[in-house]
Amino acid sequence: MKILVPVKRAIDSNVKARVKSDQTGVDLANVKMSMNPFCEIAVEEAVRIKEKGLAEEIVAVSIGPIQAQETIRTSLAMGADRGILIQTDADPEPLEVAKLLKAVALAESPDLILMGKQAIDGDNNAVGQMLSALLGWPQATFASKIELTATSVTVAREVDGGLQTLELALPAVVTADLRLNEPRYASLPNIMKAKKKTIDIKTPDDFGGLGAPHLTVLKVTEPPKRVGGVKLESAGDLVNKLKTEAGVL
Amino acid sequence: MAVLVVADHDNASLKDNTHKTVTAALALSPDVDVLIAGSGVAAVAAAAAKITGVRKVLTAESEGLGKQIAEDLTACVIPLMAGYDAVMSPATSVGKNFMPRIAALLDVAPISEIIEVVDADTFVRPIYAGNALETVKSSDAKKVITVRATAFKAAEEGGSASVETVASGADAAGTKFVSDEIVKSDRPELAGAKIVVSGGRAMGSAEEFHRVIEPLADRLGAAVGASRAAVDAGYAPNDYQVGQTGKVVAPQLYVAIGISGAIQHLAGMKDSKVIVAINKDADAPIFQVADYGLVGDYKTIVPELMDALSAALK
Ligand SMILES: Cc1cc2nc3c(=O)[nH]c(=O)nc-3n(C[C@H](O)[C@H](O)[C@H](O)COP(=O)(O)OP(=O)(O)OC[C@H]3O[C@@H](n4cnc5c(N)ncnc54)[C@H](O)[C@@H]3O)c2cc1C
Ligand SMILES: Nc1ncnc2c1ncn2[C@@H]1O[C@H](COP(=O)(O)O)[C@@H](O)[C@H]1O
Repeated sequence: MKILVPVKRAIDSNVKARVKSDQTGVDLANVKMSMNPFCEIAVEEAVRIKEKGLAEEIVAVSIGPIQAQETIRTSLAMGADRGILIQTDADPEPLEVAKLLKAVALAESPDLILMGKQAIDGDNNAVGQMLSALLGWPQATFASKIELTATSVTVAREVDGGLQTLELALPAVVTADLRLNEPRYASLPNIMKAKKKTIDIKTPDDFGGLGAPHLTVLKVTEPPKRVGGVKLESAGDLVNKLKTEAGVL
Repeated sequence: MAVLVVADHDNASLKDNTHKTVTAALALSPDVDVLIAGSGVAAVAAAAAKITGVRKVLTAESEGLGKQIAEDLTACVIPLMAGYDAVMSPATSVGKNFMPRIAALLDVAPISEIIEVVDADTFVRPIYAGNALETVKSSDAKKVITVRATAFKAAEEGGSASVETVASGADAAGTKFVSDEIVKSDRPELAGAKIVVSGGRAMGSAEEFHRVIEPLADRLGAAVGASRAAVDAGYAPNDYQVGQTGKVVAPQLYVAIGISGAIQHLAGMKDSKVIVAINKDADAPIFQVADYGLVGDYKTIVPELMDALSAALK
């Protein structure tokens, strides 16, 4: 069994994004970047599957600038076996990412693609579903539990009312939610070992090329600011305010 | 141009998210049809036909649609798209699950969780956990859009659209439904509730969460929410999570108890009309967005609040 894990380099989840004053985007200069947290969960799950003896190889793939090698390197330190970087400075839309990943999947023929449900920069929550549709492979998004056999994967999914469980025939696409696992920190020996693992550096043209964007960002603005209110002395004051001032009771 | 709205429902009843999405759709075009894809949906279709501004209601039924399986919804919607310039659905766990598939198969860029329609090609959507708003213009002939329902007013009822049946499409070949574990509750649904009471890590245990948060919610007729920390620790079920990667709520009143106010949590509730925070740390970031704050131990404040509410709501 082979598992493909697409990983994205994104703003660190502890950093508060700031809008550029010229409204052209979010200021990422000198901002800490990390592996998107949901991708980390996907890598961790793949590694656990391998540790259980259910998979032989884990391939991490990232589409992004040369620095995305660090993201792949982190995956390798967590336990992935090798990496592919599709290097581009364009920030491709989910549709283009899904098309490139489809080409990677056809070249690598994994049995399972495990990925994040959402990248915390664009908050699109789209690539996994699009990849599944383009490949014609079954999908299970928002996974909170995964059980794998040689021919199928059973996935408990976090849905609005609770949980839904699906069984997918392999090959399939599964996207990870928060509760799937708690990713490990790579140990120092594993970080050293990861330095010896290979990362193939490719271009979009190696995988069918990058199409023109479909969306133009006209501007990026700050959301309306909420101003903090008052601190009250007692619960009685609060109820009074909610009734008379705010009118919400 | 015409817009297809894929409705939010549970086969038994139509959800208010649908009315809100119809409002967003009407900002694109006066020709709005609503698709009810499910199983045993006659009553849902009748309810949708009453939404003011809806031209036509379409129903499609199959077992897979009844379970809202993404592949089945896709197979149902794709052939219909020959007759529409846009498809919209609320950004629920169902909408998020199947809509990007529609976009991929139509070879268009999906537009996720819009909060404003600027014109027929231009939309505003939050990015980076709501710390930035992006205005995007789409060059696609057909648009695939999920809608953050809390940002739109619900369309009124008073119409009487016709209802017709459409093909359900092929069943998903590789996906088998196994089970649903849907939490039944008499409380209002989190997404549409007028008041939400949420508990955080401070609760310390599931028992404490039940003991403190639920009675207060019931006294207020509120839905119950939670922070990720409370859900991860097992104090509350996953569908209670409010935030960037959970549910987005915008009630009249949001009460955060023992929640610090991390950016990911704020992303899910900062559009509430009135925010109340109860936290023992006067510097907790939640106070920066709260209209009213009480600094102190929830163990003393919540019982006082219960008493004050009993007196006031008599
Ligand atoms: C990718 C990603 C996605 C995330 N998505 C979400 C999301 O959707 N929703 C979400 O909520 N979080 C999300 N988080 C997590 C978020 O970053 C915070 O970790 C989480 O919101 C913290 O929860 P909390 O406020 O309950 O806990 P804490 O931050 O630990 O805060 C507990 C608070 O309780 C107060 N307190 C303690 N004891 C008492 C007492 N006796 N009386 C009164 N107050 C007390 C403390 O002062 C403190 O402020 C996400 C994180 C990541 C990385
Ligand atoms: N540039 C990228 N490179 C590799 N994987 C990506 C990239 N963008 C998105 N993904 C994958 O798609 C998931 C969902 O991202 P999104 O749909 O953009 O929110 C991420 O968690 C990744 O697994």
